[in-house]
Amino acid sequence: MNQEDLTMAVRAVSDRVSVLDIHGDVTAASEHALSDAYAKASTPTTKAIVLNFTALEYMNSGGIGMLVTLLVRAKRQRQKLLAYGINQHYRQIFELTRLDEAIGIHDTETAALAAADAH
Amino acid sequence: MSAVPTPQPTPQGGNHLPEPTELTPRDAGHWAKQVTRLRLGEVPPEALNLNVTGKRVVGPIQGFGKLWQKTYRVELRDVDVTPAEVIATWKERFGSFWPPIGRFYGPLTSIAPGDVALLNLSPGGGMKLSTGILVLYADEESFTFMNPEGHMFAGWITFSAGQGDGGGTVAQAQVLVRANDPLYELAMPLALQRMEDRFWRQTLTNLARHLGVAAPVVTTTVVCVDRRRQWRNAGNVWHNAGIRSVLHALGTPLRSLRPGRGRPARGGPDPADGPGARG
Repeated sequence: MNQEDLTMAVRAVSDRVSVLDIHGDVTAASEHALSDAYAKASTPTTKAIVLNFTALEYMNSGGIGMLVTLLVRAKRQRQKLLAYGINQHYRQIFELTRLDEAIGIHDTETAALAAADAH
Repeated sequence: MSAVPTPQPTPQGGNHLPEPTELTPRDAGHWAKQVTRLRLGEVPPEALNLNVTGKRVVGPIQGFGKLWQKTYRVELRDVDVTPAEVIATWKERFGSFWPPIGRFYGPLTSIAPGDVALLNLSPGGGMKLSTGILVLYADEESFTFMNPEGHMFAGWITFSAGQGDGGGTVAQAQVLVRANDPLYELAMPLALQRMEDRFWRQTLTNLARHLGVAAPVVTTTVVCVDRRRQWRNAGNVWHNAGIRSVLHALGTPLRSLRPGRGRPARGGPDPADGPGARG
């Protein structure tokens, strides 16, 4: 699995919230892509990072580990981590690994952004 | 041995929300089905069967201590073996590569997503600790275990094989864990860290020797991913498998005195294991 299997785009929707659009595969090889995207998304005023999984194609256990690392980084900056666009299969994986207890999962971007701005 | 699947919700019609793609993902067959609580099947009579059935799995979010990522890696020098062959061998003979302090009571044939296995560990001093694992993920080049409540570590360990920098095949075990509760966290610098390091280094050495490597060299990389402790999870100590295993051992003479009982069944029902517990 190569890092090229993942592309990420960063959208700042406001001073407080950024969206990371994930396209492709999330695996242990995604470390640099995720880290770089997070670094672009996170500013001193950022309060929430929203992960868009609509175009997620593949995720293995290494990828789940990457999300834990991302969560730790976000928490360190006192940022919320939210997600949307997760299909039933990946939603079950979030529940199985109990990541859903720390990453707020929403059906749509609108709902995720509303939750991001809620506090 | 299997995990208890959670009943799936009935699909709702008329959902107007834009649906993410529902094509079967490539990884669909590699993950365990959703589980709520673990259930262990038959185990050999000599095994101590505690702290698995009825437990939930716990990841780094649910643990207590600092978050560690440790990578144990061995280069399979001068051996013509593909990553898929390494993983196939590792899955088939997983427990046989363990050092003598651990016994792995898993499936007889191979390791598959959703399998639940019993672990008996003898950390020293005559103590025997019973816990388990869930096979969270398995494909041709890797497999991952997730731990239940009460295990020393909350998190997962991934066993994988791939191409090394020098072009040869490497085998690797990578843990991403927190100590599960304050007592385990206290024991981390005293003994647990060293015990874990020795355990996986020895396992990789045994695997490499089995594959034909004459003098395996295992490297270890340690990264503290999160130095903060999660005090909200301090109550995990209630499930501590070490304490429960000791209490079970202390209670063995009393259980044998119960009328109508012959030799006590090892690992009888643990009331705290919940309604799914078995003896």
